[in-house]
Amino acid sequence: MLGYALRRIAGIVPVLLILLTVSFFVIRLAPGGPFAAGRALSGRARAELERVYGLDRPLAVQYGHYLLALAHGDLGPSYSMRDDTVAGLIAAGLPVSATLGAAALVLAVLSGVPLGVRAALRRGGALDRFLAAFAALTLALPSFVTGPLLALVFGLWLRWLPVAGWQPDTPRDLILPAVTLALPLSASIARLMRASLLEVLNASYIRTARARGLGRARVLWHHALRPALVPVVSYLGPAATYLVTGSLVVETVFQLPGTGRYLVEGAIDRDYTLVMGMVLVYGTLTLLANLAADLLHAWLDPRVRHEPL
Amino acid sequence: MPGSTRASAMSRSERRGRRALWAAAAVIAALVLLALLGPEASPYSYSALDWRHLSIPPGLTAAHWLGTDSLGRDLYVRTLYGLRVSLTIGVLSSAVSLLIGIAWGAVAGWVGGRLDAWMMRMVDVLYSLPYLFIVLVLAALFGRGNVTVLLLAIGAVGWLTLARVVRAQTLSLKRREFIEAARATGLSAPQVVWRHVLPNLAGTVVVYATLLVPQMIIYESFLSFLGLGVEPPRASLGSLINSGARQMLTAPWLLLVPAAVLIVLLLSFNLLGDGLRDVLDPTGR
Amino acid sequence: MSSIRPDGERPGAAPGAPEALLRIEALRVRFAGSGGAAPVDGLTLTVAPGECLGVVGESGAGKSLSFLAALGLAPEGAEVSGRVRLGPLDVLGCRERELDRIRGARVGFVFQDPMTSLTPHLTIGAQLAEPIARHCGLGRRAARERARALLEQVRLGDAARRMGQYPHELSGGMRQRVMIAIALACEPELLIADEPTTALDVTLQAQILALLAQFKRERRMALVLITHDFGAVAGVADRVAVMRAGRLIESGPVASVLKRPEDPYTRELLRAASEPPAPARAGGHASDASPAGAPVLSVSDLTVRFTHAAGLLRRRSFAALEAVSLTLSAGGSLGVVGESGCGKSTLTRAALRLIRAERGRVLWLGSDVSGLTARRLRGMRRELQLIFQDPLASLDPRLTVERLVGEPLEIHHGELAPDARRERVHAMLARVGLEAALYQRRAHELSGGQCQRVGIARAMVLEPRVLVCDEPLSALDVRAQRQIRLLLAGLRGERGTSLLFVSHDLSLVRHLCERALVLYLGRMVELGPTAALLDRPLHPYTRQLIDAIALPDPDVQPARLAKVSLGEPAAPLERPGGCAFRSRCPQATPLCAERAPPWVAAGADRWVACHHFREWADGMLPE
Repeated sequence: MLGYALRRIAGIVPVLLILLTVSFFVIRLAPGGPFAAGRALSGRARAELERVYGLDRPLAVQYGHYLLALAHGDLGPSYSMRDDTVAGLIAAGLPVSATLGAAALVLAVLSGVPLGVRAALRRGGALDRFLAAFAALTLALPSFVTGPLLALVFGLWLRWLPVAGWQPDTPRDLILPAVTLALPLSASIARLMRASLLEVLNASYIRTARARGLGRARVLWHHALRPALVPVVSYLGPAATYLVTGSLVVETVFQLPGTGRYLVEGAIDRDYTLVMGMVLVYGTLTLLANLAADLLHAWLDPRVRHEPL
Repeated sequence: MPGSTRASAMSRSERRGRRALWAAAAVIAALVLLALLGPEASPYSYSALDWRHLSIPPGLTAAHWLGTDSLGRDLYVRTLYGLRVSLTIGVLSSAVSLLIGIAWGAVAGWVGGRLDAWMMRMVDVLYSLPYLFIVLVLAALFGRGNVTVLLLAIGAVGWLTLARVVRAQTLSLKRREFIEAARATGLSAPQVVWRHVLPNLAGTVVVYATLLVPQMIIYESFLSFLGLGVEPPRASLGSLINSGARQMLTAPWLLLVPAAVLIVLLLSFNLLGDGLRDVLDPTGR
Repeated sequence: MSSIRPDGERPGAAPGAPEALLRIEALRVRFAGSGGAAPVDGLTLTVAPGECLGVVGESGAGKSLSFLAALGLAPEGAEVSGRVRLGPLDVLGCRERELDRIRGARVGFVFQDPMTSLTPHLTIGAQLAEPIARHCGLGRRAARERARALLEQVRLGDAARRMGQYPHELSGGMRQRVMIAIALACEPELLIADEPTTALDVTLQAQILALLAQFKRERRMALVLITHDFGAVAGVADRVAVMRAGRLIESGPVASVLKRPEDPYTRELLRAASEPPAPARAGGHASDASPAGAPVLSVSDLTVRFTHAAGLLRRRSFAALEAVSLTLSAGGSLGVVGESGCGKSTLTRAALRLIRAERGRVLWLGSDVSGLTARRLRGMRRELQLIFQDPLASLDPRLTVERLVGEPLEIHHGELAPDARRERVHAMLARVGLEAALYQRRAHELSGGQCQRVGIARAMVLEPRVLVCDEPLSALDVRAQRQIRLLLAGLRGERGTSLLFVSHDLSLVRHLCERALVLYLGRMVELGPTAALLDRPLHPYTRQLIDAIALPDPDVQPARLAKVSLGEPAAPLERPGGCAFRSRCPQATPLCAERAPPWVAAGADRWVACHHFREWADGMLPE
């Protein structure tokens, strides 16, 4: 198990490196530059700025410098917000984004898994029918629709919760964004959980376990739940990808000071280092989430552990 | 025989599923017709400004029955126009995804061996990246307002799942005895693929194509929502929702109307896809 | 011979006797919402303490469902009515909680498919200890100790290590032993074994049955043996109940039902199961087919290796087939016999060039198959048709019967007009006994036997020289087996087709093939005329295969079963050096570990690969 984990972790590094390399050159392929025309800069000032940031050198040299700095933990200065470093911007925004993502994930798992289990055990019951409708609806509701709608209803019409904004240490500000982000995730998890538990409950080893007289509760908890969780756990990888993209929308809708806005703004402003920093952060996050999903899968299912990689 | 009972008796839930399938298909057909004919049938143009009617709320008797935006543009026409743009981009980029996905998956599954291992490894890696994020960056860098770039960028995201599904299907078909039986009968490899593999894949592909369209529409709306999609005065459902969300305090109908159309559209496509899956691909349940 | 019954007739165990352990009365099972007939429709029977009741019937007769429903294990949506008593207890009136105190404690279960019947993420030890701890009130340590002892009792080697393993690390036979150990854990009064041997190889089947018979005898435990196999019943049961379409057709002591069946259905089933082998002869113009006749297909020194990924870059390989040679003459017939994993299916596929061989030659009408051009290869495939094991899976689910059978003609006889083609297709379908009403159906709307008839029609419509059959009967019920067997024999007689027949069951081969080749772990062990091979096997493995055949004769079968060794055979992938069979051979000597035995002639048209065939064959056989 440990060997499996170490091999998988080692597999992340080259993927990340390829991702960074491709991004590095692709950004610079785009027309325009960080100090291009239209930004109220004279030609000389622009040349001067490019010299200071090393942008006048050959691409290969820039790339080498970037990697070298990165190896020392330096993400470079931001070109568009010239008072800040990329690391500083990320340090300011990441706690907000991370709290939002984590809150949504916890909310989705804690609501989705029990909902799915319950719906599977009472198939055709009221809760099961509710789940079907809930899932169909949330899957047709992208977060950029849910977000404004929730804000309209709970913020403007009912005035229960703040519409937008973020003050430190006020979890109330986080409720609407986290719910917006968690809704489709929760529905997907519940649907997956229901389908996979139904399938497992039909498996012949469950019949064997019942034939041993183990009792309903023990059969469910000890024999059925673990294999039924496998698809849910595998879904955590795509879920992380969803959270990363979804947080971008939610942060925009609710005007949260997270890291999401840096990506779009950075790309529009051709703030090369900022975009690279964002790619690094989100790339690492999703790769780690996928890794965690695989490790959990291996823990749940001994057959995976014994497979050669 | 396990299959023989299924064909004869259709259960209640199956009949309900069939009804939902037809209803969804009807709604989609109606929306497509509206998107095609609606803007032309109306006296207003999607970009025409009506200075006498700024931010008029909906009203059945008013000149603009779904109201106008802050520039006095007719919301009914703009929404249908946005629907047309969203549908077009959704369908076309689905086609792009479909082509890449089927080719990738079928080749990997049919050839197998090391090529398959590497092709699928690549899909795995792409899967584990925040791919839409990268598309977002690309769209921001190259294609603000450029519909072709938008189309290709979105289409490049959707093929991963399809490639996996097609590969898995091809692989399991390849192992099925009736394929071996066909080869043993003396059919050449292309004959086997053409007569037995592709027709048996068709059901799955149709189902996933149906489920792909709403996915693509979401991506497009998402990019438009972030201001990276179509540029004003043109509109898509995403950009309409975005501008509506900004004015929801003063003119909530600007948010509610396009959002409702988008929800109905996505819901219908999802229902259609799920219903088709039950009919065409009983193993996927 | 008939006096060696392990457990004599139990006069007190007549049906309806007051001491019945399990009494089922007017049991009905229906599925809510389905309008069809009830799968179990008014079943009444009893099981006395310590007796073995064999429940026989074809698939769909409701045998398994009856006993599952009787103990509250019917699938969801089943409506169960009637009365079931276990001793004085009314089982159907019990609540789930009370049932849980019976199941696993007083009644044990063994199910058909050992591959899927154990929880995949729990170790063998944990699953065994679970019911012991729950029902016997033992502590963790004591429960594990008892579990280990149980594994030894079911003759699972290396019990201590097995306790820590997961189900997927064990072979099918081993898992079935574990299932039996779990079922026996709390010394139940009644064991319900639902087709416990169906998914296993012949030799394993005999071992598992012998094990069950032994436990029943030693523990005086009642046993319900649900099976479609009269041979299994003859070996173990005291009484038999024959079921059809959810009803009891006939029941009584095993000797009287098997020897003097009263119901015509029982008679038909028994005839299908116990038909004496007609001397297999090719009919028509090739009736005197001798092995020296003109060879149609000959294989020499064929070796096939399979590689499987052991990592992204590393690969491992093993020989599925090693140095196999055979000759099929015009109009002749050859059976290829062996357990699963012996390479028999690989052999047929390599001979047809569906997979590539590493070494060796396949000659088709004298020319090397590996050098055939695409067109000549198609010509060969037209003349060399295949029939598959799973009749449903081998038919394209989208096509109608008529199109399925018409396709080979379309491919190879494109010159035929559609009308002429349809005429030939219909003639062929009529010949295999399919009614015209079925021609527009698809495979999943047919029964297993009907599907196999379509498969045969598809193969024979091209009038091939050679018909290769890969276990064509093993997925079918007894009656369908017999019908298809007769159909194959009839077609062969009419058309003089040569037959290559692959099976794990020697008793099937003897009906259809003049000669037989026995394979073990990819190597040839014995070849000869089928009759001589069965009469006087030269290789100890052939002997074991013959001993494992379950004869539906209650006079001899119990004694034959009692002689079966109970130990677990070596796993097929770990082939020992020297003679591959030595790990299972009772007569193995040091020489067998040293060298692989040569393939030698041993009399008229007989060949064998065993160092000691002379000594042991002469010494062991009574004649």
